[in-house]
Amino acid sequence: MNYDVAVIGAGVIGSLIARELSRYNLKIALVEKCNDMAMGTSKANSAIVHAGFDAKPGSMKAKFNVEGTALMPELCKTLGVPFKPVGSLVVAFSDEEVETLKSLLERGNENGVPCLEIYGKEKLKEAEPYISDEAKAALWAPTAGIVCPYELTIAAAENAVVNGTDFIRNFEVKKIDFNGGIFTVSNGEKEITAKYVINAAGVFCDETAALIGDTSIHTTPRKGEYMLCDKSVGHLANHTIFQCPSKMGKGILVTPTVDGNLLLGPSAIDIDDKEDVTTQADTLSDVLEAAKKSVPCLTTREVITSFAGLRAHCDKNDFIIEPSKVNAQFINVAGIESPGLSSAPAIAVYVKDMLLEALDADEKSDFNPVREEPVRFRHMTNEERKALIDKNPAYGRIICRCETITEGEILDAINAPAGARDVDGVKRRTRAGMGRCQGGFCGSKVVELLARELGVEINEITKFGGNSKILYERTK
Amino acid sequence: MLNYDIVVIGGGPAGMAAALKARECGVESILILERAETLGGILEQCIHTGFGLHYFGEELSGPEYADRFIRLVDEQKIEYKTDTMALEITENNVVYAVNKKDGLLEIQAKAIILAMGCRERPRGALNIAGSRASGVMSAGTAQKYVNIDGYMPGKKVVILGSGDIGLIMARRMTLEGAEVKCVCELMPYSSGLTRNIVQCLDDFNIPLHLSCTVVGIHGKDRVEGVTIAKVDENRKPIPGTEEYIECDTLLLSVGLIPENELTRAVGINLDPVTSGAIVDEYRETSRKGVFACGNVLHVHDLVDYVTLESQTAGEGAARYVLGKTDTAEYITTKGVNGVRYIVPQKVNIKNDGDVKLYFRVGQVYKNAKTVVKYNGEEIISKKRPRLAPGEMENVIIKNDMLKNFAEGGTIEISVEV
Repeated sequence: MNYDVAVIGAGVIGSLIARELSRYNLKIALVEKCNDMAMGTSKANSAIVHAGFDAKPGSMKAKFNVEGTALMPELCKTLGVPFKPVGSLVVAFSDEEVETLKSLLERGNENGVPCLEIYGKEKLKEAEPYISDEAKAALWAPTAGIVCPYELTIAAAENAVVNGTDFIRNFEVKKIDFNGGIFTVSNGEKEITAKYVINAAGVFCDETAALIGDTSIHTTPRKGEYMLCDKSVGHLANHTIFQCPSKMGKGILVTPTVDGNLLLGPSAIDIDDKEDVTTQADTLSDVLEAAKKSVPCLTTREVITSFAGLRAHCDKNDFIIEPSKVNAQFINVAGIESPGLSSAPAIAVYVKDMLLEALDADEKSDFNPVREEPVRFRHMTNEERKALIDKNPAYGRIICRCETITEGEILDAINAPAGARDVDGVKRRTRAGMGRCQGGFCGSKVVELLARELGVEINEITKFGGNSKILYERTK
Repeated sequence: MLNYDIVVIGGGPAGMAAALKARECGVESILILERAETLGGILEQCIHTGFGLHYFGEELSGPEYADRFIRLVDEQKIEYKTDTMALEITENNVVYAVNKKDGLLEIQAKAIILAMGCRERPRGALNIAGSRASGVMSAGTAQKYVNIDGYMPGKKVVILGSGDIGLIMARRMTLEGAEVKCVCELMPYSSGLTRNIVQCLDDFNIPLHLSCTVVGIHGKDRVEGVTIAKVDENRKPIPGTEEYIECDTLLLSVGLIPENELTRAVGINLDPVTSGAIVDEYRETSRKGVFACGNVLHVHDLVDYVTLESQTAGEGAARYVLGKTDTAEYITTKGVNGVRYIVPQKVNIKNDGDVKLYFRVGQVYKNAKTVVKYNGEEIISKKRPRLAPGEMENVIIKNDMLKNFAEGGTIEISVEV
């Protein structure tokens, strides 16, 4: 297939760029090496929309953070993605750290972050009743929020697809040739061509750039491990609670999630393997210890799962968003680590504008920016539920007990544009299997529904594509 | 709005036994709500034998045991709705439930019997480090895949936890041609029944590693191996004892948790040790007219005891509906010195029958005795050659003894070595 633009990587950055471009009369491919979108950094991060006081004034991070955060609430509304403007607190535990808060406040003002304020001990305690008694003060940033990063990615990709983008799964870019002004992008078996390539390959963006001979980028996967706690302790944090930042990142946070769970993490350890998302026992116990510094009553009892994600850390310590020096038709969107999620909406607009300068394209008259929020049975009133089941009885069958997810919602996820193809894909779209039993009961039912809808045997269904199959052959 | 005297939530062995007993006691209007496609609960996937030895005096498979009750439910024409999930209980005993056929149901009950069973503890609760590869699942999930769906979830298996389902699945997977490499148990003893260790592991030469756990899961897409290690007396892995075992599947049998979301949401008081409701001898919870029985109340070792307990709850609910309740003067029960918990947690001394107290110990004891004291004074003592956490114990407090107690008193059960 021939495209105007090939976006490599269906993370939050690639998916939002594809969506922005799909406003125009352009043929766009969103190319992803995995079986689904949001399979890398976009599915395993802090899910925070940062206010924007951390980044160095004048940096790309500072610019896009503040701009992106301003765009986020409206974007989430348009795409039917949960966003909560909970605000954030950076907590100081010593006089020295109180000084740090002051410099963060100044930096925030310089970056154009609105409404920052330093809370004294009492006001902090009022805002966060479970905060440690050792906490002395905190920087309050009301514009910070929380979002579901993989839902944002999925929604953006779905909306891009509805507006004409081709989503190409399981296409790992192994070779890129450039002839006569056109790129040929190959996975070793199949090829597509494109006039422009956008490198949004996350931790792999250095390797992807190297395919055209651009060796200017070097990414180090910086692993962050997290623990997710049951909703029964969701009340222990009302806002995102940071500790004072260090050179490795923003420290260990304790934050509510949009779904009402409590998230602890991340650690920050540089590693070599770009696919190593294993968790380590010592690191996780360090994460818990560090989180207890903020909220002392945390325990492992309520932890329902742990996971790790990789930040695409670049040596330059800032985002790299520019045409490659090797080929101006190849645009690198690299080094997108924190505050990458917050910045994503603004980065997408910026990259779109950059491309429009080069590509002469008209705006589509029929672009539909809206992606309707999927049915969320669990959030409905009983009246709404009645009406819904009357229309479609599949919403009357609960598949996931812990999260109250119906068969209808799972069918919607599978049959959506660029819908779920595996168990984790259903989980990210619907939350089936994300509750306290972690798929113990509903896992096999989800496998059945996937097999039925996709027209395959149940032992062909995978957890997340590739070789991650769940079942082998039939019993004797 | 539908109206029933008794709504039973859960159509497994507990719910069915409770409903049948309530009918026997004279309640006509009973509705059972079951979330699965059929009555029978988890017994339907337990195709091994060993059920019913106490209650029926014969050895039945899980589906056979369930079937005896399903037939009685049909004979007695007790109404039930399958594929129906209870979503909420209100303060006025209205149950909201949902299914494909009826849509959203609103059911007014005079009494409610909670019989939702339990679920398996997932990996997250253990915080096992390593990859998120496919091939890690609870033993019960594997049991469903093998016995109900007819597919093998793996070929080379390591099992963590020696709970009964893990032991049963070690044998089941072996019989289906898988290689079960070992069962690892964190504690220095198994939490499963002795007979299961003999019949499921020893008979098949499957090693049981006590004081041992899984410290790492390896493999990118599918599990390729696990690292196991010995643990010290504080259950911490001992460095240097790690051993890599090649496998494609890790089954977890690391404990069961009563499913009390509905119970908690309506504000019923729970026992932190059992994770079930605090109940009296008729299994009535802190909310009048709401009863609980079976594994949702406390995890049982044998289904036979689930049946017996649920009959008690069914009788209690019937008495409540029929207005036959006694005046109430409660004493409390308390497990001490090696006894983790006692059910029921309180007993009405005006009750006109004997009361059976069920309890579990916290570790393995040999040649010990269980001692029952009332307000500090020994009233019953029983010699026990062996006590183990995996096996439920019980003691009967005779009615003539109850009559001598006074409101506010305490019964304590302890282990003495």
